[in-house]
Amino acid sequence: MHPIADEMSDSALRMTNISLTFADGTQALDDVNLNIQSGEFVTIVGPSGCGKSTLLRLASGLLAQTQGLCDVDRTSLGYVFQDPTLLPWRTVRRNVELNAELAGMDKPSRQKAANAAIELVNLTGNEDKYPKQLSGGMKMRCSLARSLVLQPNLFLFDEPFAALDEITREHLNDELLHLFQNQHFASLFITHSIQEAVFLSTRVLVMSARPGRIIAEHAVDFPYPRHPDIRYQSDFAEICGKISADLKVAHS
Amino acid sequence: MSRIRRPSLRVNTLLPMATFACFIALWYLYATFNYDNPVQRRNALPYPHEIITDGFMPVTDKVNGLRPILGYMWPTVKVTILGLSIAITLGIALAVLMNLSRSVERALFPYAVVLQTVPILAITPLLTQLFGEELGVRLVVTVLIAIFPVITNTLFGLQSTDQMHHDLFTLSHVSRRTRLWCLELPSALPSLMTGIRIASGSAVIGSVVADFFFVKGEKGIGYYIRTRQQKSIERPEMFAGTITASIFGVLMFLLVGWVTTRAIRDWYDKD
Repeated sequence: MHPIADEMSDSALRMTNISLTFADGTQALDDVNLNIQSGEFVTIVGPSGCGKSTLLRLASGLLAQTQGLCDVDRTSLGYVFQDPTLLPWRTVRRNVELNAELAGMDKPSRQKAANAAIELVNLTGNEDKYPKQLSGGMKMRCSLARSLVLQPNLFLFDEPFAALDEITREHLNDELLHLFQNQHFASLFITHSIQEAVFLSTRVLVMSARPGRIIAEHAVDFPYPRHPDIRYQSDFAEICGKISADLKVAHS
Repeated sequence: MSRIRRPSLRVNTLLPMATFACFIALWYLYATFNYDNPVQRRNALPYPHEIITDGFMPVTDKVNGLRPILGYMWPTVKVTILGLSIAITLGIALAVLMNLSRSVERALFPYAVVLQTVPILAITPLLTQLFGEELGVRLVVTVLIAIFPVITNTLFGLQSTDQMHHDLFTLSHVSRRTRLWCLELPSALPSLMTGIRIASGSAVIGSVVADFFFVKGEKGIGYYIRTRQQKSIERPEMFAGTITASIFGVLMFLLVGWVTTRAIRDWYDKD
């Protein structure tokens, strides 16, 4: 048992005074504090190269911090990469099964879980296609399904929709929110798009240029489910404007 | 006006045929001046039609038709296929070993290059001492020549595995073996297939060349070629043997190419 399990019970990710300096002396992160409660959708925006992705890699255990504490249950973690990272030699079905297979889940259970996940991301009917036959949006859905199979408590998203066209991206944003509401996972999402950040999140954090620090925090109070058209409301634009102003500071 | 110009089927077949016709014409021209001249004859080329009549289809009291050539071809086919199989298995195993650790790669790879560059002729006595002069040594020569493209292409494939795919597997805390079987080897398949394709051509050369140096055991087409290069009267047979060996090489290359392409065409996206 975790010694402070009770206190931590509804925290999905807690980072305390996290700093990271690479072997070449580059300081990537400087004293980052972050707490994501279960049921929260937190997004980080920041200039390119500010250490956003580094923060995710650190949360997932792909990197280790040089200072500070990172408290997270790594056995229940979904990681969605910038690229769909599908294995080209596996069909959609076998790609979706991958994480479950690597986790040692038996065949009947993982097939059942995979089918359910494929349905959740609206890929039913494409199970036997290979990645090269899928569009960019479909590949991303497949990648999402692969992480959904293990029903993680926390999802880490590393600019997953950055390479998609605007229409596909907005469509996938809607679908992601739908999943977020139904699957009850906590999210740490990284993006360059302020609109995307505001549309998805309960909270938006602004990160400074390297070394990355959290310099501002904005609560987004629109209730879920969120209609796609809230993007055109004046209060939506207002929050976007505030974050944009903070980002200008972050760049300097 | 822009139009994509694609060579028509007629051009695709006619042009190579025209090249072939020119080549045969030049050959006849050369033979007319040299082969009919008794002084030059010893080193000259026979007429192309003589290769067919006297080389492929000799009719004497001793031999008849294609049988002798095919009889010598069979051991070559066996050595090639067996040698290629060993080269593929051993080559993949060595590449996997080198991929497991940098130090193993550093320790072994230079010698893989040496294998490729060492003149077989120079180490013939050594090979005879170690492996005799029969099937064993023929296989060794074939493997020596065919293994390098398998090793390099497999190793390249294993090492070019996508970094994000590696991260994906790291997040699942997989064992080294799972990483190899489920990620690195499948990633390496397209380049491994290229290696096998190149090796299939090399294996034919290896098994023919082995016959030039080692004379005991079951003799292949290389022996047939070598023993018929001395007398000009047997020159058509020598060419017939050479052409048969080449046709076999091309067939091996096409067959292996077909198999290797089929193995990955469902999912492999050339870009």
